[in-house]
Amino acid sequence: MPVESTTETPLELRPVGRAALLAEVSDSAAARSLAAYARAVGVPADEVVPGARTVLFDGVPDPGALAGRLAEWTPDAAVAPGDLVEVAVVYDGVDLEDVADRWGTDAEGVVARHGGLEFVVAFCGFAPGFAYLAGLPEEYAVPRLDSPRSRVPAGSVGLAGSWCGVYPSASPGGWRLLGRTDAVLWDASRSEPALLAPGTRVRFVSR
Amino acid sequence: MTTLHVERAGSLTTVQDRGRRGLAHLGVPRAGPLDAPAAALANRLVGNGVDAALLEVTWGGLEVTADDGVWVAVTGAPVALEIDGAERGCDRAEWVPAGGRLRLGAPRAGVRTYVALAGGIAVDPVLGSRATDTLAWVGPPRVEDGAELPIGAAVAPPAPLDTPPPRRAGPLRVWPGPRADWFTADALERLCATAYVVGEESNRIGLRLDGGAPARVRDDELPSEGMVLGAVQVPPGGQPVVLLADHPPTGGYPVLAVVDPDDLWMCAQLRPGDELRFRADLRGA
Repeated sequence: MPVESTTETPLELRPVGRAALLAEVSDSAAARSLAAYARAVGVPADEVVPGARTVLFDGVPDPGALAGRLAEWTPDAAVAPGDLVEVAVVYDGVDLEDVADRWGTDAEGVVARHGGLEFVVAFCGFAPGFAYLAGLPEEYAVPRLDSPRSRVPAGSVGLAGSWCGVYPSASPGGWRLLGRTDAVLWDASRSEPALLAPGTRVRFVSR
Repeated sequence: MTTLHVERAGSLTTVQDRGRRGLAHLGVPRAGPLDAPAAALANRLVGNGVDAALLEVTWGGLEVTADDGVWVAVTGAPVALEIDGAERGCDRAEWVPAGGRLRLGAPRAGVRTYVALAGGIAVDPVLGSRATDTLAWVGPPRVEDGAELPIGAAVAPPAPLDTPPPRRAGPLRVWPGPRADWFTADALERLCATAYVVGEESNRIGLRLDGGAPARVRDDELPSEGMVLGAVQVPPGGQPVVLLADHPPTGGYPVLAVVDPDDLWMCAQLRPGDELRFRADLRGA
């Protein structure tokens, strides 16, 4: 249940059991900003997990004290821009023509449009290192496949709704595939195991 | 270093410690033992620290030998326990001599049995933990027949006397969930009035329940959001799922209730077909 919702407060806090709070904000940019702010000021929580319109704070020893700290955040709080990662893509995905039809263009048009955008990692989910990339204008949103494919190869670059994503490993999946990359999205032996952590900016480069 | 030779791994045996923290935002499940108090007891009995890794054995059937003598403790779902053919007891430290063989029968009750060895399972940690996550398989590989597992050096003598807090089996206490307002006003009450049945598909990711579907007042799709251990998530089919240690860190189904951490161990030991009830935890009111 919402415990706090006032016009001055840009976030609504919902208790989640004994030791967690879910902060609901207006959009994914605000969620990213709140998560970055919380990490920068070092709020007491084991986990700071951004979602599409929320940030979950889990493993919180004192939810009341955390609520006080979060009240200091504003959506326009300056957050340092994340690192920019370029991802080289071969645009030969099985759904490239389908997406071109939906966008009223051809395959080259899709490559130009997709490659011309700067994305940012809103949150990770589905699999370790699977990043939900924001930045596709709403008018280019595409529906998920009606029935997911039983196997999507690792490195596949796809779209679902207005999200863009890259499959870190082979898995079933319902995103519309534009192409593939050789970039290693997830490597548990690296000091930074996820190539695309929340806040990272991403550009796709055709090769 | 002592080596544990796995002759038979049973249907599912994994290495577990207290799990991986601080990586949920990268999509990494926490993992860790489903019955955390039983795992902690096993570690205490053999003199291990709280972060030592042990084995979680599903449905018994584990058979191992150690090439050097080692203290062992078996807790959780009670099993017939044999060391070199002689019957031994659960919930206490037992000595396995060099070359000795430890065998676990099928559990008399419950599902998951914990086997701690003095010194702990010393496989290489992955991202700071030796816990195996069965969703994405982050962590040490699943324990298979023929596996050889290193055992660390014991840090303390076994603790033969231990009085764990009593285990109160009964309805799982729940707190109202973050999306309780996506359901009818009486949904939590009805959840607590329903006798659910544990589904066959239950695993370390979630306990799947068959029974009355909580009625929603919102039919739109929930944008993906962070999920906690013990969340009672309600997918469109209406059959609730209690998220367990290997749950995906984010999900898109509304959470009606959250199981109190003190009662989560029961989810490790309920069998498919068992009845499960919830009880609203009034401490939250």
